[in-house]
Amino acid sequence: MKVLVTVKRVPDPETTIRVKSDGSGIETDNIKYVINPFDEIALEEALRLKEKLGSGEVVLVSIGDRVVTEQLRTGLAMGADRAILVGCDQDLDSLAVARILAKIVEDESPQLVLMGKQAIDDDANQAGQMLAALLGWPQATFASEVVLSDDQQAVKVTREVDGGLETIGFALPGIITSDLRLNEPRYASLPGIMKARKKEIREIVATDLGVDIAPRLTIKSLEPPTQKEAGKKVETVEELIGLLHDEAKVI
Amino acid sequence: MGNILVFAETQKGRVPKSSLIAIQAGKDAARKLGGDVLVAVLGADTADAANEAAGYGAAKVLAVNDAALENYLADAYAATLEQLARANDVTLLAATATAVGKDLLPRVAARLGVGMASDVVSFHEDGTLQRPMYAGNTTATVTLADTIKVVSVRSTAFDAAQPGDQSAVEQVSVSLDADATKMQFVEFNETKSDRPNLTEASIVVSGGRGLKSGENFTTYLEPLVNELNAAMGASRAAVDAGFVPNDLQVGQTGKVVAPELYIAVGISGAIQHLAGMKDSKVIVAVNKDPDAPIFNVADYGLVADLFKAVPELTEAVKKAKE
Ligand SMILES: Cc1cc2nc3c(=O)[nH]c(=O)nc-3n(C[C@H](O)[C@H](O)[C@H](O)COP(=O)(O)OP(=O)(O)OC[C@H]3O[C@@H](n4cnc5c(N)ncnc54)[C@H](O)[C@@H]3O)c2cc1C
Ligand SMILES: Cc1cc2nc3c(=O)[nH]c(=O)nc-3n(C[C@H](O)[C@H](O)[C@H](O)COP(=O)(O)OP(=O)(O)OC[C@H]3O[C@@H](n4cnc5c(N)ncnc54)[C@H](O)[C@@H]3O)c2cc1C
Repeated sequence: MKVLVTVKRVPDPETTIRVKSDGSGIETDNIKYVINPFDEIALEEALRLKEKLGSGEVVLVSIGDRVVTEQLRTGLAMGADRAILVGCDQDLDSLAVARILAKIVEDESPQLVLMGKQAIDDDANQAGQMLAALLGWPQATFASEVVLSDDQQAVKVTREVDGGLETIGFALPGIITSDLRLNEPRYASLPGIMKARKKEIREIVATDLGVDIAPRLTIKSLEPPTQKEAGKKVETVEELIGLLHDEAKVI
Repeated sequence: MGNILVFAETQKGRVPKSSLIAIQAGKDAARKLGGDVLVAVLGADTADAANEAAGYGAAKVLAVNDAALENYLADAYAATLEQLARANDVTLLAATATAVGKDLLPRVAARLGVGMASDVVSFHEDGTLQRPMYAGNTTATVTLADTIKVVSVRSTAFDAAQPGDQSAVEQVSVSLDADATKMQFVEFNETKSDRPNLTEASIVVSGGRGLKSGENFTTYLEPLVNELNAAMGASRAAVDAGFVPNDLQVGQTGKVVAPELYIAVGISGAIQHLAGMKDSKVIVAVNKDPDAPIFNVADYGLVADLFKAVPELTEAVKKAKE
């Protein structure tokens, strides 16, 4: 089975993001970049599927400028077989990302595309659903469990939804986006890192794909959120209850 | 400006509060941008829900009854909404960013060939929208270029619609082809709870890794939650450790809440957690570490061992109620 896994380069969730004083973007100095954590989970799931079946191929794809090679190498070191880098130096919105990915899917014909439920930089939570729509494929977002049928032709996916867990099923091909509790991603091993150096990263250029990637969503400006005044420290539970009752009037 | 189409969810034949919020957001957009508010209700038998949705002063309720719409499934619902949007001169399509809204709207947007803005917190007369990014570290002002604009709205940013003039209910039928009915519903395992809904409660009490076990959630946190008639929430660390069910996670990648009172117990206050609760009206933190970042957003901070402070707090609340 061939599985395509999408990988986005995002700022490390541990870094503090600051808006530039003119609101044109964020301060990018001293930011460390990583694979979007949800994409790591998606990749882990693909690797486990391949290991379970004892055969198959895991192909990574990332869209961005040359620096995303770094994240693709990390993914290859975790165990993916090869990678595709779609070169693009303009900002893309989710629809453009989905249109580019749809082209790659047509070309590669995977049975399954595994993605993250959201990119933790812009939190759009759109690309997977949009790709599914463009391809006319079924989708299972927010996956916490994926079960492949014995004949490998269908999946049952448990999804984290409001108020509980929902299970849906469909025949492949399809799109699955990962939630946090799908699995715990492995670290790249030293031999993995050595092997990754020799794995293929095929480079193509977004503008050669003949898809419309003009942004529909434009970010006009960024503002820091309004800061809250510092609160009060209290010593005792009595004091706390007193303030909640008399000052805040919430109890 | 054309019409504003609001997608209303149904739960057991009723319209949930989260969808009344979408209706209110639609009215707010209509006031600023013009246009009529239409509400779409989908299902196998929508009679009750459509009637209920008609009580909030929208121009019209569009009710679609089809066996393929019995359970929410992204493919059939997206195909239906696309057809409604195209047939009703719609220029803004909105729903609340619930699990369903987040799953559905991008699929509709791509079917329509248009872009989408997620988690919108405000509409402006000049057509711009605002939405948070980077775990709430920034608020972005954005525009959508297409004639049909698709947005999900953040439930904490709008009130629920108040009952208003009765709207007419129009029955609409759609055609769903094979591409729109590939997904099958298997089952829904509801987390059983008598407590208020996490995203709707006026008081939320959340526990973190500091509680150390699921049993401690039951022995220490639950009595306080019950005494306050609150909803229970949790940090990711507490959910990952299996102390509580997944859908209690508050934060950037969980639920966003903004109750009147949020009490964080044994939670350090990582940026990803703050993204989901910092708009709460009053925030209380109980943590034994005086330097925990949660105290930076707390209105009232109690530096104490939770295993001692929480039972005291529960007793004090009980007394205050008497
Ligand atoms: C500061 C800043 C300013 C920006 N300004 C603009 C602007 O003015 N105009 C504009 O159009 N865009 C702009 N962008 C980009 C835009 O906000 C997002 O990149 C866009 O919304 C795409 O969302 P998403 O698809 O990454 O998100 P999601 O839908 O949350 O991503 C879901 C999944 O899609 C996959 N995916 C997403 N992107 C890629 C990728 N590049 N390669 C491989 N897989 C991917 C991943 O698996 C990811 O987990 C800006 C971004 C930033 C950070
Ligand atoms: C991609 C990504 C997404 C994430 N999304 C979310 C999200 O949506 N929501 C979320 O919450 N997190 C999220 N996180 C995780 C987040 O970064 C933190 O790791 C998490 O919030 C920490 O949970 P915690 O505060 O319970 O645990 P800790 O950080 O371990 O804090 C425990 C606290 O309990 C206190 N404590 C311990 N014992 C006691 C005691 N006896 N009495 C009083 N206090 C005590 C300690 O002083 C400490 O401050 C995400 C992380 C990533 C990478």
